[in-house]
Amino acid sequence: MTDYQEYLNFLYSALEFQNKKQLVLSEDTALVADIGLSSLEVMEFIEKIEDHFDISIPLNILPDVNTIGDLARKVRELNL
Amino acid sequence: MLFDKFQTMANFQAELAERHVKPFGAVTEKILSATEGVVEGRNVILAGTNNYLGLSFDPRCIKAAQDAAARWGTGTTGSRLANGSFSEHQALESEIAQFYGVDHAIVFSTGYAATMGMCSTLAGPGDTILLDADSHASIYAGVKLSGADIIRFKHNNPEDLAKRLRRLGDRANQALIIAEGIYSMLGDVAPLQEIAAVKREYGGYLFLDEAHSMGALGDTGRGAAQAAGVEADVDFFAGTFSKSLGAIGGFCVSRHPELEAIRYCINAYIFTASSAPSIIASTRAALRIITEEPQLRLRLWDNAHRLYDGLKALGLPVGPTASPVVAVEMEDRSATIDCWNALMQAGVYVNLVIPPASPSTNFLLRNSVSAAHSSEQIDTIIAAYAGLISAGLITPTNKGH
Repeated sequence: MTDYQEYLNFLYSALEFQNKKQLVLSEDTALVADIGLSSLEVMEFIEKIEDHFDISIPLNILPDVNTIGDLARKVRELNL
Repeated sequence: MLFDKFQTMANFQAELAERHVKPFGAVTEKILSATEGVVEGRNVILAGTNNYLGLSFDPRCIKAAQDAAARWGTGTTGSRLANGSFSEHQALESEIAQFYGVDHAIVFSTGYAATMGMCSTLAGPGDTILLDADSHASIYAGVKLSGADIIRFKHNNPEDLAKRLRRLGDRANQALIIAEGIYSMLGDVAPLQEIAAVKREYGGYLFLDEAHSMGALGDTGRGAAQAAGVEADVDFFAGTFSKSLGAIGGFCVSRHPELEAIRYCINAYIFTASSAPSIIASTRAALRIITEEPQLRLRLWDNAHRLYDGLKALGLPVGPTASPVVAVEMEDRSATIDCWNALMQAGVYVNLVIPPASPSTNFLLRNSVSAAHSSEQIDTIIAAYAGLISAGLITPTNKGH
């Protein structure tokens, strides 16, 4: 099983092209408030994660996801 | 502040007011026929009404509504669960079930209530819903209320649906798959043969919203599943009475006897008053007409092809195939508003659609065709679009025919 840090690392690399402000990403970086992802960009990002881990991320969990760390925990949970 | 989230909309309304255009909530002051009216003081051809078969002004439907109002009164004043089930409602449920060749039907007070109510109730916590990404707002509202896991598949993409069903493993055969027949904004038709094949491979239950396809597609007007020959794969058909049937209301029909128990678990059915008997009576009359007069569908498609071909020949960015909904996609909001306004000035009312109602970040000039449009009216609509090009308000994006 991949640990939390590996999930984080994948998310950092997956965000590379969408991190237009060139922020230093951490688990506390907010996807929308900090990086400024649009709703369309969020969905593209989610799809990238889904295909990488071969999972589906239900829309209903997204309201609880604000930061990269929140998402890493959810993806780890779904990929167990 | 409580109201902060409405500021964007308030700003947009202010912008429209400043430009003296009213694309949203434009007031129809007079209806002259199924295809003509006076909107915001201007005589216009109605090309954005979803009145696909033009039955809103059929004298038989009007007479049925008048007789029912005289006989039953103006409203039921109660829920179907309590005092609001009149024999008219029951008769319509039998007739809509018979129309679809199944045994069970529920009639709702609106189409929104039908899809929202069914989608919020069929699946619950612990279940999984797979819905087409371009599903109608009523479907999104319903699935959100359901408490089920909600997974989107790419619009009209059976491969993506298959991939997501595969990922569910053993849970796939309990999943609720949601699609529409004709999608309301761009008029594109779901690839139902392929979706049905995916469902047969992985299992699951298929819920199909035929709101824009009932009356328009299929040998007897049952919709896109009938046209694709896959009705046996559909577990639940939903639809509306407010488009091809020219009234208001919604329905769900199914071969599953469990629909009778589901009926009394749907808040949108229980906690709202049932439709006025006059509405039910005109819907029953319209259902008889679409059964007996298949030529209405032929006329609708003649008009759909005429408009689609005309706009395509102008080089305008319309969808891949002709459909009763013909949408012109634009990227710039301000230019789209100018075009909408110019169409009104030219005597043509269409729908202006902005994100998120449109399926992408694009803006739409959405036209809906009616069997009641004359060829001359369709040509007038096309000429109005040609006027947009001449005025430099829109640039053709392809060479057309």
